[in-house]
Amino acid sequence: MRSGGKGTLRKRVLWVMGLVALALVVAACAPHASQDTLKPQGPYAREIKSLFIPVLWVAAAVFLIVEGGIVWIIVKYRHRKGRDRMPAQTHGNTRLEIGWTIAPALVLAVVMVPTVATIWDLASKPPSNAINVTVTGRQWWWKFEYTDPDMKTAAGGQIVTANEMVIPTGRTVYLTVTADSDPGAHTTDGLPGFAVIHSFWVPELAGKQDAIPTRENHILMQADHPGIYHGQCAEFCGLSHGIMRVQVRAVTPQEFDAWVANQKLDALTPQPGTLAATGMQDFTGGQCIVCHAIAGIPNATADAGPNLTHFASRGCFAGCLLDNQNADDIRRWLEDPAAVKPGAKMPNYHLSPEQIDALVAYLMSLK
Amino acid sequence: MSSVSVPAEERPGLLRRPTAVTGLWSWFTTVDHKKIGILYGLTAFVFFLVGGLEALLIRSQLAQPNGKLLTAAQYDQVFTMHGLTMVFLFVMPMSAAFLNYMIPLMIGARDVAFPRLNAFSYWLFLFGGLFLYSSFFLGGAPNGGWFGYAPNSTTDPSPGMTFYALGLLLAGIASTAGAINLGVTVLNMRAPGMSFFRVPVFVWMGLVVQMLLAFSLPIITVALIELLFDRRFGTHFFDPAVGGDPLLWQHLFWLFGHPEVYILILPAFGIFSEVLPVFSRKPLFGYQFVVFSGISIGFIGFGVWAHHMFAVGLGPVANTAFGISTAIIAVPTGVKIFNWMATMHGGDLRFTTAMLFSVGGVMNFVIGGLSGVTHAIVPADYQQTDTYYIVAHFHYVLFGGAVLGIFSGLFYWWPKVFGRMLGEKLGKVQFWLMVIGLNLTFGPMHILGLQGMIRRTYTYPASLGLTFWNQVATVGSFTIAAGVLVFVVNAVSSLRGPKDAPADPWDGRTLEWMTSSPPPVHNFDEIPTVHALDEFWHRKYTEDKSGRPVPVQAGASEQPHPGGGGHEIHLPGPSYWPLVGALGLQLVGYGIIYGWWLAFVGAALLLVGVFGWALEPSAE
Repeated sequence: MRSGGKGTLRKRVLWVMGLVALALVVAACAPHASQDTLKPQGPYAREIKSLFIPVLWVAAAVFLIVEGGIVWIIVKYRHRKGRDRMPAQTHGNTRLEIGWTIAPALVLAVVMVPTVATIWDLASKPPSNAINVTVTGRQWWWKFEYTDPDMKTAAGGQIVTANEMVIPTGRTVYLTVTADSDPGAHTTDGLPGFAVIHSFWVPELAGKQDAIPTRENHILMQADHPGIYHGQCAEFCGLSHGIMRVQVRAVTPQEFDAWVANQKLDALTPQPGTLAATGMQDFTGGQCIVCHAIAGIPNATADAGPNLTHFASRGCFAGCLLDNQNADDIRRWLEDPAAVKPGAKMPNYHLSPEQIDALVAYLMSLK
Repeated sequence: MSSVSVPAEERPGLLRRPTAVTGLWSWFTTVDHKKIGILYGLTAFVFFLVGGLEALLIRSQLAQPNGKLLTAAQYDQVFTMHGLTMVFLFVMPMSAAFLNYMIPLMIGARDVAFPRLNAFSYWLFLFGGLFLYSSFFLGGAPNGGWFGYAPNSTTDPSPGMTFYALGLLLAGIASTAGAINLGVTVLNMRAPGMSFFRVPVFVWMGLVVQMLLAFSLPIITVALIELLFDRRFGTHFFDPAVGGDPLLWQHLFWLFGHPEVYILILPAFGIFSEVLPVFSRKPLFGYQFVVFSGISIGFIGFGVWAHHMFAVGLGPVANTAFGISTAIIAVPTGVKIFNWMATMHGGDLRFTTAMLFSVGGVMNFVIGGLSGVTHAIVPADYQQTDTYYIVAHFHYVLFGGAVLGIFSGLFYWWPKVFGRMLGEKLGKVQFWLMVIGLNLTFGPMHILGLQGMIRRTYTYPASLGLTFWNQVATVGSFTIAAGVLVFVVNAVSSLRGPKDAPADPWDGRTLEWMTSSPPPVHNFDEIPTVHALDEFWHRKYTEDKSGRPVPVQAGASEQPHPGGGGHEIHLPGPSYWPLVGALGLQLVGYGIIYGWWLAFVGAALLLVGVFGWALEPSAE
């Protein structure tokens, strides 16, 4: 076949170069990705990146050598028109074979040394001042329980929150990651939220670990600077896996102390006669109390859905699809949860517009 | 064994065997490895088109943030069926097609060791595939991913994952039977003189694959039966609430699933190892190293499964061990690549489409191999696992390596199988569309993964900044589809053309090129006696004083025999019992879902098939 000659090869090289150039130009213009593993914002994520990047360069070098070698060979030894050359019948060369068996093995051995060191480093115990948080994956939201002794609430339990985890900057947070079902949930589809495997991942702060029912995994996490760090469940966990998001809000140590002090308090009771007070009556008298806890309200201790005690202090809810500060978002959710989050375990109670208005006012008062 | 020359009237007994070897019905009763190979290939290709359509659905859904083409429930079914289809219904059976057709020809045999078992494998694979796809009309297709992680797979209320368990069990029985069959064929039926170091590398890789199948399928079988029992009969193997263990599934699945990766890629390695020497006009460099690296990949492939589970929390000891074993398996893979390079070095490279696909396959596989090595960097995997970085990696391995290898094999062996050439011009158009398309599709997925895009997600918000590369990937996927379309046009126009392919169009090296294109039903008029590796080459060329090959003078060697002989050659007679038995097993599958009466009907049919099979006359 003649058409495999110069023209095709040149075209091919040009194509590749053109594509690489285009990719670089475009990549430079691409918008900021907010879950970027290569833009770590804390020491543990940085440790992973600084292990990965040198390996990436080694891989790039091997890539250039091998692909460059192949391109060189296919250019140099391509069949040329009108020349019927019969090549020498080389069968092999044992020295070469041994050489290119040992060479990659050596490269890999070098790469594995820091790898193994980092494996053990990331599996080590946290520093003594670390904050302990148990992270529980459910279909399809995350629950956070601050388990340290100084995180006890006025009502007697631990600080519990959902969807958004608040941490102080510059201090290690030691996550215990697990998953369970939501006991006692009354659901739209008649199915409980099953205890399935999730994976907790906030790329800019730490690598992921799977959240497995009855097992506990650990993540060391720390943020350098205040800010919102986005993440999401990484292990396929059913219908709404793709939108099981989460966020970490890192605040200064002073802000964190203030946040903790507020979280320890019972929920605010709205002024009698306000719309929010009606909402509270709807909460306790209706179905809400069956699944949701609000500290300070008698019998509102259920653990099937997110704890709502300080609902309005959080940045996101419903698997971080919606904004707690946005009345329309809350209304949308109460009107039909499954329309926001497919398969949502919270049923549609077909609340009246008046009930929804009252509940929105109440929820937004739970600072 | 019956003889094709015995007329049907003389056959004794009630269970008369069918005799037609041509016509439509003969395709249902055939036990000829070549016909079964064609059936495998055709069926696998149809599934490839279906799986490709599913891929286009996936890419269309993800072309924009908040895509609305598919609902979450539909998307889960589509991505699950895409994976299942491409792994179990395309790449595996397409490899089975090549191995079925080529192993007997390449080792100088008349058929496989167990011809009726071969037919049974094919029918059961077909019925297993149809069984899986029927779920779309019976309440929902499998939706828990090809990896089917429990307890999500055991608790999901749609019947999809029950179809998954049963469908894969059916396909698994088919593959197990096929593995035993082809394994025994290679071990026992080589032509006189073909010692193990004279076996073509494609056959060697086929043998390694059959061994991998024989040892890994029992593991997934255990897992699937447990899954089936959890779903259908109320057991709790994977239910943590009552003491079951969800990780049990993962260990079993990946202990099968990683060897499975090599089951998918090694046949392509075998094709590269046949095509590169032929079109370089040189023997494979370091034949023994290539063979032994293939074997060692087979062994080490059983020791790396937990690298799919680095984020599961197995602890630093296990993560260290499996990180190291993952690095180790890169070594024999690298050896192969260097040997392919050395094969081409100094050669006279003729860039036919088959050659382009092999060179392109090697070059793209290298990318997948290198990203695979980065998975050994365990902490980096904490970031990358379950992201599109992994999707990018294994598509470079399985599309860049296995699928390009398959197309290389199709262009290379097409004239042998159909007696007609495929168009080279269209072939090259297809090659460039597919190579550019695959790099546009899967290249950006590395970036998407590193930028935090999770796998198996039916949507993403614009705020994640992932839109651009997703759009590029979608454009790439349609470019690939255009390439596949070009192949369909090429294949159809080739099959409509005249049967004019020579017996040896590429100046081949191995035995299959000695016989006519297509080969006669009995393959070789006379079984060749093998004196060397690349036997056919050595019959055509001898070496001059400087070691360069010169053509053997006319008449000095055995010439390829065109078909037409075949008298007094004993061939297995056709049989419809494999089809009956396979159909029975499929009904058992439906029965387990829909009612015991149906399972009993299926079991009865299976028994009829087995007894018919055992009792039918081997008229001699």
